[in-house]
Amino acid sequence: MAENGQLTGTFRVKSGMAQMLKGGVIMDVVNAEQAKIAEEAGAVAVMALERVPADIRAHGGVARMADPQKILEIQQAVTIPVMAKARIGHFVEAQVLEALEVDYVDESEVLTPADETNHINKWDFTVPFVCGATNLGEALRRIGEGAAMIRSKGEAGTGNVVEAVRHMRSIVGGIRKLTTLGPEELMAEAKSLGAPYELVKWVAENGRLPVVLFTAGGIATPADAALMMQLGADGVFVGSGIFKSGDPVKRAEAIVKATTNYNDPKAIAEASQGLGEAMVGREMGEILEGERLATRGW
Amino acid sequence: MAGSNGKANGKKKIGVLALQGDFREHVQILKKLGVEPVEVRKPEDLEGLAGIIVPGGESTTIGRMMASSGLLDAIRSFFYQGGAVWGTCAGMILAASATTGPPQPLLGLMNALVERNGFGRQVFSFERDLDVQGFEKPFTGVFIRAPFFEDVGPGVEVLSEIDGRVVAARGENILVTAFHPELTDDLRFHEYFLKEVCGI
Repeated sequence: MAENGQLTGTFRVKSGMAQMLKGGVIMDVVNAEQAKIAEEAGAVAVMALERVPADIRAHGGVARMADPQKILEIQQAVTIPVMAKARIGHFVEAQVLEALEVDYVDESEVLTPADETNHINKWDFTVPFVCGATNLGEALRRIGEGAAMIRSKGEAGTGNVVEAVRHMRSIVGGIRKLTTLGPEELMAEAKSLGAPYELVKWVAENGRLPVVLFTAGGIATPADAALMMQLGADGVFVGSGIFKSGDPVKRAEAIVKATTNYNDPKAIAEASQGLGEAMVGREMGEILEGERLATRGW
Repeated sequence: MAGSNGKANGKKKIGVLALQGDFREHVQILKKLGVEPVEVRKPEDLEGLAGIIVPGGESTTIGRMMASSGLLDAIRSFFYQGGAVWGTCAGMILAASATTGPPQPLLGLMNALVERNGFGRQVFSFERDLDVQGFEKPFTGVFIRAPFFEDVGPGVEVLSEIDGRVVAARGENILVTAFHPELTDDLRFHEYFLKEVCGI
């Protein structure tokens, strides 16, 4: 939109916002008190939601956008950006979040999908969107729909980093493969990825996604965060890992330190000391196919 | 530090504070302009630099990290010994001497009062063409949850403003921009910093 020569909601402004979050940690919070702890610990943004993923798993039922009252309280409590989750395909939840002036909308598989075929047309919005992906094709489909930031899905609420590693390796490996292909091979590759040709071509030429790539889903320790950074993430989302642990303040600070100094094992070792209990982790085998969140979204 | 003139292998060295934010974009542009970029994470990294860029990011996060790593004091003494500094967005907030918002660690290198998120939350982030003092053609400013200087003191020269809000300014060895030249293909501000502020 243009007003007195000022253009809002351009893709440069939306994706640029994510650029400013790079090298940082975005923390899930359910109230203003947790948001303040996150800000104090050095989070670059907070994600407002009704329940952290571990509780969504335990609670069952339909998981929806957070109560607007809660979001407003969190916005008043901190000066860092406030993000919030909308259900996949639920464009009215996204409209509500935009009206609340949240800084980013996460169209998230952690909530119960509202549409089993279509994601939100994110080009319709001034507020930018981040979306989860398990592989390169999925990431490029979301960008094609207007997402200005991508994160690995991982398996939220498990405290188990294995799925985030799988997804990050798949996305980064997919990018690497594209850079080795000749121009005549890109259309066939676009077909097999199920991704827009123009985006496939851009990635092949530039060797990276056209937007910032964060990681999410199962990060519970400073070493987990540094692992994901070394695998190619630009930054880290931590969900249940902080406020489901024994000492959230210490753990939040430690994960921030490890993310900044991800290439410095001594600094990670120092940050990892005396953090108390990590959140209880779950082995993937314990989680039935139907309970897996990463399979939501298409 | 600044006295060593930032010269190595014949190339001038310019630092980019690399704690958090979009430092890589600055690094890439500096490479294009033929200077040697140095990622600064510790006070020792300032050794031999001709100037340093404090990039966009979250100013509270970067400020806290600077305080705990000793870089807050180190960059101050770098500056007071004549080293050049350029702050973009979060870097402009950190360069200011005071903020209208809640207290946070600041470098305080420039006599100015800064309004954080002065143009509002992300949905109000925008781009627009700016008239800049000393630039022949307008510069496209990308403003992301950007600050502005509400008030500036003596020794601060205003380079650009929007309706009385200062969005670019300089002092003798310091430059600040509320917007992000590193997100555009226009290199004029980087060239300006190197030539006019660092004296390269």
